Amino acid sequence: MFPTPVEQKSLPFNISYRVAIWLALFLWLLPLLAVLLTSARSTADLNAGNYWGIPTQWMFLENYTLVFTQTPMLRYLLNSLIITLPAVIGAVALSTLAGYALAKFKFRGRIGLFAAFIAGNFVPFQILMIPVRNLTIDMGLYDTASGLILFHIAFQTGFCTLFMRNFIIGLPDELIEAARVEGVSEWQIFCHIVLPLVRPALAALSVLIFTFIWNDYFWALVLVQSDEVRPITAGISALKGQWLASWQLISAGSIIAALPPVILFFAMQRHFIAGLTLGATKG
Amino acid sequence: MQKMQSRQQQWMPFLFLTPAVILFSVYVIFPIIQSIWLSFFEWDGLGEKTFVGFSNYFELFTDDQFWTALVNNIYWLIFFMLAPPIGLLLALFLNQKVMGIRFVKAMFFFPFVISQVVVGLVFSWFYDPSFGLFNKVLGLFGAEPIAVLSDENWVTFGIIVAGLWPQIAYCMILYLTGLNNLSPDQIEAARLDGAHGWKMLRHVILPQLKPATFIAIVVTVIGALRSFDLVATMTSGGPFGSSSVLAYFMYEQSIFNYRAGYGAAIATILFLIMDVYIAYFLWRMLKSEKA
Repeated sequence: MFPTPVEQKSLPFNISYRVAIWLALFLWLLPLLAVLLTSARSTADLNAGNYWGIPTQWMFLENYTLVFTQTPMLRYLLNSLIITLPAVIGAVALSTLAGYALAKFKFRGRIGLFAAFIAGNFVPFQILMIPVRNLTIDMGLYDTASGLILFHIAFQTGFCTLFMRNFIIGLPDELIEAARVEGVSEWQIFCHIVLPLVRPALAALSVLIFTFIWNDYFWALVLVQSDEVRPITAGISALKGQWLASWQLISAGSIIAALPPVILFFAMQRHFIAGLTLGATKG
Repeated sequence: MQKMQSRQQQWMPFLFLTPAVILFSVYVIFPIIQSIWLSFFEWDGLGEKTFVGFSNYFELFTDDQFWTALVNNIYWLIFFMLAPPIGLLLALFLNQKVMGIRFVKAMFFFPFVISQVVVGLVFSWFYDPSFGLFNKVLGLFGAEPIAVLSDENWVTFGIIVAGLWPQIAYCMILYLTGLNNLSPDQIEAARLDGAHGWKMLRHVILPQLKPATFIAIVVTVIGALRSFDLVATMTSGGPFGSSSVLAYFMYEQSIFNYRAGYGAAIATILFLIMDVYIAYFLWRMLKSEKA
């Protein structure tokens, strides 16, 4: 292990280290703590300039109730779910199929195809913006959840295929070969041998791209314009314009927007990190 | 039977690939080509397109706003490169097994999980000239308050710092995983040889962290060039376009100014810059593939 475990050092060192990590954490998250506290502040507090102290009056419930009843926040939250869940399922499904084909079959052009998926995943969104927007309008999907879902599936397929292909290539060929000798059809092999083996990768990937899609802001701006469809990222930013000085409400809204990926992250932390770093431990 | 099998083996991969390839081509590959094509037209996004050759590009080179955005992108690239080393330092700091460390690590990673729109809001606040913490701290040192986000000289750096927050968290996680996978034998051997501290880090640890460093640099470069969300939420490119970046400038020109052709030209330039990194990444990736 590196650095040397603190347990092997002196007692004062140990104590200061244990204090230091919490202090560092406090400083690191200070801006966020302020937002959390402010989401519980009263207007009077804010008018008095109490932005950083402890609220004199805890308005936690009141502020959050206000956000949910006085603004379309609930709608935004729902929209985000309606967009994100199908997009995650679609992208993961398509890329598992594609990743399997790229990992376990030998055919001409497979490296080129793989490279195209990787490269496409890194392009700037702006190079896609005008054509994708026009395509979405032409299909009658502008300002609909389906328009956003389709795009997210297509775009995330690049990253997901890279991910799945790298995972599947590590699976033993023997199982697949043995099944082929038995005369099992390719589709059956995929369903009954490959799928059960890739389950951990599916979990990691789903958690990861849930966050990516949930947090998308650019495409929400480009492909959607009405409150009925707008996901929460674009929603918050629209509300910011209307509320201007109602910081306690903006803060509460921000906390609500941040919560789902955060919960998912804490619930599936191991998977999440495995997903993020899959490429970092090899290659 | 055997024959049918092998024939199935020949066409099945294409069947598996078809849905992904179709969607990916329609939404990613073709749009790239279309955008490049569009950059040679004058177009308001709705009416007739007029072919104008390279004139969008010539106009760009004389457009001050373009140069501001380009220079800002370079600042983003340079200062974003602080994320991997700082992330490494944090990872080294946190790579211990004391009580509660799992929780601390998870909380350090927090900024990466939340939306950049929220990060933008949090930092707009942090910088607020009348009540922001930043200026309170400056005040402690007796300095005059700086309205970071409305000061042309500071605004881009203010946004970059906001962007570094989640980016450092990301790099930290990459390095923590890397540190987790170090070979204990090599470290022990080096310790027996008397290596420790900086020497150990430089000659034993860093070489083993190379894959993590590679990914950290790639995602940081991509992150720097993709910077849009923070600019859009924190300043909308202002004041007077001084914090704009190519990604935001393109959006502004195409959506607000109805200049789709001009926007496409900006996007093409951004794409070309990104291509250098994409090519490098692919080259590394495919090389390790063959090895």
